[in-house]
Amino acid sequence: MSVLVYTESENGKLKKNAFEAASYAYKVAQDMGTTLTAVSFGVADASALGEYGVSKVLKVQNDKLKVFNARAYAAVLAEAVGQEGAKVVILSSSTDSKYLGGLLAGMLKAGYVPNVVAAPDSVTPMLVKRMAFSNKGFAHTEITTDAKIIGVSNNAYGAHENKTSLEEASFDPSLGEGVFSTNSVNIDKVSGEVTIADADIVVSAGRGLKGPENWGMVEELAKVLGAATACSKPVSDMGWRPHGEHVGQTGKPVASNLYIAIGISGAIQHLAGVSASKVKVVINTDPEAPFFKAADYGIVGDAFEVVPELIEKLKEFKAQNA
Amino acid sequence: MKILVCISNVPDTTSKINFTADNTAFDTTGVQFVINPNDEFGLTRAMWFKEKQGATVHVATVGGPSVESTMRKALAIGADEGIRINAEPTDGFFVAQQLAEVIKTGGYDLVIAGRESIDYNGGMVPGIIAALLDINFVNTCIGLEIEGDKVTAIREIDGGKETLETSLPLIIGGQKGLVEESDLRIPNMRGIMMARQKKLNVVEPVEAIHAIKDKTFDKPAPKGPVKLVDAGNVGELVKLLHNEAKVI
Ligand SMILES: Cc1cc2nc3c(=O)[nH]c(=O)nc-3n(C[C@H](O)[C@H](O)[C@H](O)COP(=O)(O)OP(=O)(O)OC[C@H]3O[C@@H](n4cnc5c(N)ncnc54)[C@H](O)[C@@H]3O)c2cc1C
Ligand SMILES: Nc1ncnc2c1ncn2[C@@H]1O[C@H](COP(=O)(O)O)[C@@H](O)[C@H]1O
Repeated sequence: MSVLVYTESENGKLKKNAFEAASYAYKVAQDMGTTLTAVSFGVADASALGEYGVSKVLKVQNDKLKVFNARAYAAVLAEAVGQEGAKVVILSSSTDSKYLGGLLAGMLKAGYVPNVVAAPDSVTPMLVKRMAFSNKGFAHTEITTDAKIIGVSNNAYGAHENKTSLEEASFDPSLGEGVFSTNSVNIDKVSGEVTIADADIVVSAGRGLKGPENWGMVEELAKVLGAATACSKPVSDMGWRPHGEHVGQTGKPVASNLYIAIGISGAIQHLAGVSASKVKVVINTDPEAPFFKAADYGIVGDAFEVVPELIEKLKEFKAQNA
Repeated sequence: MKILVCISNVPDTTSKINFTADNTAFDTTGVQFVINPNDEFGLTRAMWFKEKQGATVHVATVGGPSVESTMRKALAIGADEGIRINAEPTDGFFVAQQLAEVIKTGGYDLVIAGRESIDYNGGMVPGIIAALLDINFVNTCIGLEIEGDKVTAIREIDGGKETLETSLPLIIGGQKGLVEESDLRIPNMRGIMMARQKKLNVVEPVEAIHAIKDKTFDKPAPKGPVKLVDAGNVGELVKLLHNEAKVI
């Protein structure tokens, strides 16, 4: 009876959230007095997992599983759960993990709790703290089924090193008929850009920027910081920016270390989705803008003056600290 | 084509979130309930299939009698019939089993649910239904075209989008993008009048397991005051972010 963690990868490399999920899973395994097994897809070198408490990794190397496929991946994980006799499965909170979380819960008849923000309050009974009401509250939720699935929020528990001796085993799942009934035909993704989900820093702008032609400075600021770009809902509704950049209660959630909001008023629906970010900076001409109440640092000023200046100062800072 | 839109009934996005005195439940006092925004996009897409491809559209909710006003709104927007499963929607697994039963007996080709309910943010109901019924599933769906039983769906992925091919029967977890914000429908007088005549069936829940239980709730710790930096001294902000906040 081990704990199982699904470790995500991209282009054969483990993602940051894989180490966060593994760290969390190791904590759960320790509390339960058992060991941790990981499942990886298409990762040739998974040795780094040994730094994060993983005792065994089941490596799936199958050309049919190169591209994420929720139903097939869920079937593989379910099979691994059977083989290892695992009672607890740990996932991240990425779009892919959330896609397969529900499927896996249905297959295993498991209680599934996503958006978990802290180590379990207890493991018997399994009681976890999760975000609810879009960050306006937290719930302490008990999983009452025999099989249990926990989805760890990005950037909440963090990655913690725990050196373990790692056994690497190949895993050849049976992949029954019908698992490839929903298939990817095209992926449209700007490569090399930081995504909102993975970013340590997110630079976001709102209607205060007046028009799409003014996003050059936002993109430049993001570039200097190695950040992802985001926007408020009306900005994507008006087509100034792509829908995928919309953050907030009805958009993508943001849980970065630093969130910079430029020309965003701080409506309750916007704040709900971004408040899990650790440090928030607001740049707004209106000192009464509600966002200042939710921010750590603020500049009352015109974005068209402040942002170019900030870019300059950051460049100087980077030159000095390089 | 027979479509079922699953609707969860959630606090209006402007609601202040409070819990009961012993912190064991969400305090609904003074809270306005609405159609979950993700489901509203799905319902609007369903209306398109109804008008352009002659689909029949039903809506289903697991909830007590108080959810009927939200369901009437969905009927006023244009759904043909409503089904209320008379049980408290206490956990996603339980809700999914109830909806799966309705889907099975109703013979629906397409089930439209939302990516998540914006209240408890479970994000699990459509996936569990897909597994229980062994039907196709596309989550974070932002585009859906159907010809016969061939389906082309677009889903949002981290940093972009992915086009998928699949077939009916299908369940999706929809969200904004499925239709544009400006296409969302507000019920008009005629719709509201017509909704009164439409069937709203109440069915009793089937036997089902409970998988999770919220024991207690709490709120985020209150935030300290913002530290303001003068607009003429932007360099100071860089220093603070480096030395104090340690985020750059
Ligand atoms: C059901 C529902 C769901 C919603 N979900 C979301 C969501 O998920 N995410 C979201 O973002 N919104 C959401 N909203 C919309 C939300 O209510 C607000 O309308 C929206 O967040 C406002 O966007 P904004 O801050 O960009 O624009 P505004 O509110 O117009 O604010 C613009 C700000 O820019 C400032 N400004 C103007 N000029 C300058 C300048 N030169 N320099 C600096 N600052 C300047 C102004 O002072 C103002 O504060 C939702 C609304 C509803 C009803
Ligand atoms: N009580 C409910 N009744 C009907 N549908 C629901 C209910 N709860 C959730 N759903 C559907 O499942 C989706 C995801 O919800 P959740 O898993 O609760 O986040 C929602 O957008 C709805 O489409």
